[in-house]
Amino acid sequence: MTREIERVANIPVVQIATIVPIMLTVGTNRVVPGVAIPHPVGDPRKGPEIDHTLRRNLLLKALDAMQTEIQEQTIFE
Amino acid sequence: MQYRIVHYINQFYAGKGGEDKADHKPESVPSPVGPGSEITRLLKEAGGEGEIVGTVICGDSYYGENIEEARATCLALIEAFKPDLLIAGPAFNAGRYGVACGDIASAAGEKLGIPTVTSMFKENPGLELYGKGCYVVPSSESARSMRKDLAAMTELGLKLVKKIPMGPAREEGYFSRGIRKCFFKEKTGAARAVDMMLARLRGEEFHTEYEMPVFKKIPPALPVRDIKNATIAIISSGGVVPVGNPDHIRVSSADSFGSYSIAGINDLTPENYESIHGGYDRAMAAIDPDCIVPVDELRKLEKEGAFKKLHDFFYTTTGTGTSVNNAEKFGQEIGEILRNAEVDAAILTST
Amino acid sequence: MKLELHKIAVKDAQWGDKTHADGGVLYVNKEEALAVVLQESQFVTAELDIARPGESVRIIPVKDVIEPRVKMDGNGYFPGYCAPMSRAGEGATLVLDGAAVVTCGPIVAFQEGMIDMSGPVAEYTPFSKTINIVMNVEPVEGIDPHEYEEALRKTGLRLSVYLAKECLGTKADSIEVYEKHSVVEESAKYPDLPKVLYICMSITQGLLHDTYVYASDLRPSLPTLLHPNEVLDGAVVSGNCVSACDKNTTYHHVHNPVVTELYARHGKEINFLGMVPAVESTILAGKQRAAMMNLTLSKELGANAVIITEEGYGNPDTDFCLNAKLHEDAGIVAIVISDEAAGIDGKSQSTADATPELVSFVSTGNVNEMLEVPSMQKVIGDARAIANLSGGAAESLRPDGSMYIELQAIIASTCEIGFSRNSCEWI
Repeated sequence: MTREIERVANIPVVQIATIVPIMLTVGTNRVVPGVAIPHPVGDPRKGPEIDHTLRRNLLLKALDAMQTEIQEQTIFE
Repeated sequence: MQYRIVHYINQFYAGKGGEDKADHKPESVPSPVGPGSEITRLLKEAGGEGEIVGTVICGDSYYGENIEEARATCLALIEAFKPDLLIAGPAFNAGRYGVACGDIASAAGEKLGIPTVTSMFKENPGLELYGKGCYVVPSSESARSMRKDLAAMTELGLKLVKKIPMGPAREEGYFSRGIRKCFFKEKTGAARAVDMMLARLRGEEFHTEYEMPVFKKIPPALPVRDIKNATIAIISSGGVVPVGNPDHIRVSSADSFGSYSIAGINDLTPENYESIHGGYDRAMAAIDPDCIVPVDELRKLEKEGAFKKLHDFFYTTTGTGTSVNNAEKFGQEIGEILRNAEVDAAILTST
Repeated sequence: MKLELHKIAVKDAQWGDKTHADGGVLYVNKEEALAVVLQESQFVTAELDIARPGESVRIIPVKDVIEPRVKMDGNGYFPGYCAPMSRAGEGATLVLDGAAVVTCGPIVAFQEGMIDMSGPVAEYTPFSKTINIVMNVEPVEGIDPHEYEEALRKTGLRLSVYLAKECLGTKADSIEVYEKHSVVEESAKYPDLPKVLYICMSITQGLLHDTYVYASDLRPSLPTLLHPNEVLDGAVVSGNCVSACDKNTTYHHVHNPVVTELYARHGKEINFLGMVPAVESTILAGKQRAAMMNLTLSKELGANAVIITEEGYGNPDTDFCLNAKLHEDAGIVAIVISDEAAGIDGKSQSTADATPELVSFVSTGNVNEMLEVPSMQKVIGDARAIANLSGGAAESLRPDGSMYIELQAIIASTCEIGFSRNSCEWI
């Protein structure tokens, strides 16, 4: 889905998900590794403070990724 | 039951001439022509359940150079015979002929809803272009296998038109159309796995039941140059939807995606949003759906000026069991929406 | 280790005054059996039903299926659940062969399944051929889903053991013996036979997606080695419904066909090392760790080949890709058994992940294939549950009770330990 959105809209699409190998295999170009499958952008069980901090950091990475010029699939850790 | 069969051939097999007549315009004859007589003989031998009621002839170059027109004209000529089955070729390794056969067979199958069969050599470009849209029987490179190929096409055609249950492509003798179908085998999966393992340990031949696909990659899109003025959209395959799933998105094997307004919303709460994705433990989403669709922190970043605007809609579907074809389709549709809305970048979360 | 399965052939079940087996019939005292079920305080009410092969009966939503068994020394079954903590796989076990306990109830989460006892889709599940004692419960209001799943799981096991226990003393119709010593002893006996390790991946991903080994949640575990007898004698219990089609029920675990097939060749063509209960983690590091440590076991034990089976589809496809790649790169033959998610038209790519090293794939069918299913005269459970099952939707169920659903809604239809003969081909 990510790759097709990027292709048709011609905009960078940053994918945040945990299973990085699958994203690479299906052609996602900008990848930010997520926290876990049931909660890729945060961890509600760790309480609101940690949850929000995790979420923000991942989004900041995503914002960084979308501004970075790349030639091939890249993981932004 | 007499099945009405139409045969499509090129100018050469119709006896009009060779390359000099490759621009022959489409015409139809209400009887078998050329190799059609052999098909007629085969049909009689098979019990006389079908007959060639018409032959449509077109020059290979004419078809190739006027493909839309040629297709439309030939389709109309074929349809006029009210056929139950179309047989095209065989084209062997003749590229233009193979393309014409594949094109007319696929188009007739789709537009007229009838089974269609053609035949060509495995390297014929017509196979790669049309092999998924019609039944293509393998032939040799040249017309030396004409009788064999006509027999194979006729036999397969009769099976299709009589709707006889068929086995896998490799057993029925045609190039696979790229479709997976369930069949019961003689042995259990476990037994077949152990057999395959023993074959490999002995260095013997083995056949994998599924070959690994090779995926399409695209060059990365250019980065966002001016983030402070950028509009960013959020998309998810984590199945987060407004409570009650108003658009009935499926919990798995999604065949649709939803778009929901987040204009004026600063936070997704479990009272208003839920996850309907059947493939993971939804307990965390039930505490705070933002851990899948991060509207809360995106809104904060928007207010802080990290970027200009969070796009008013978020797009969501469920990713489990969703076929790659559907995922691609949603991606294309969402991509269109974002392009038209002049969104500059997107973040997509998946579970 | 030597295991004897003393099998009492069960061809029918009837309600009766006393639970016992006689002449191929399992008689069940309904009140007593219900009392066993209602020992669980989390249940308000419970019902028991019998469903027989050939009957016009649909069971939906199905959570687990368990074979009634008990150790003949009187120590119960399923160590950690209905038996003291002790090693499974030794001694004599009584088996009600042909019978099954099916647990059913209001839906906890998605991905329970269905069983048709007759009709065109009966052949897709092995449980259309078993005499099913169906347990249908109503939990207390407001119960937490995790608690409900656990209560249901434990009660299903308890009911199965009760049924077998009441049949102790009945003479077995057949006895199956499984005997194999330790890896070291067998390798000394057969130094030249290729060594085979079975890596059995189970879904270990959270609520209704868990598997238990000796009553321990497998999810946080690191790879270990089980003797095949342990697998065939109740060490592994299912606590999950992935999609119903590729769920390994508790019944499937004690009948694991990869184990029995490899066992049959042990000492003849191969040296069967044992089974690794492998995890399918929800985080990447977990998947990488598991694959890495599975390979360590393979190398230390000297495996020449591994068979890798999956439970589920989607993200666990990455696990079998990693396991296959690491092994093939290390020169160890890797065979993967998995189902396919090729879409309802069969045209989609079958697996969520792929790796070129995976050259030996055994397919157990396309989970998305559409099936036309007629109505049944009797539904045990709730026919409307199809709206929430993977493979179904609210519009799947027609007013007359017939349905158009995906194969994945049927329990064990694409079971990836290779129990059935279902597969896929190109057309």
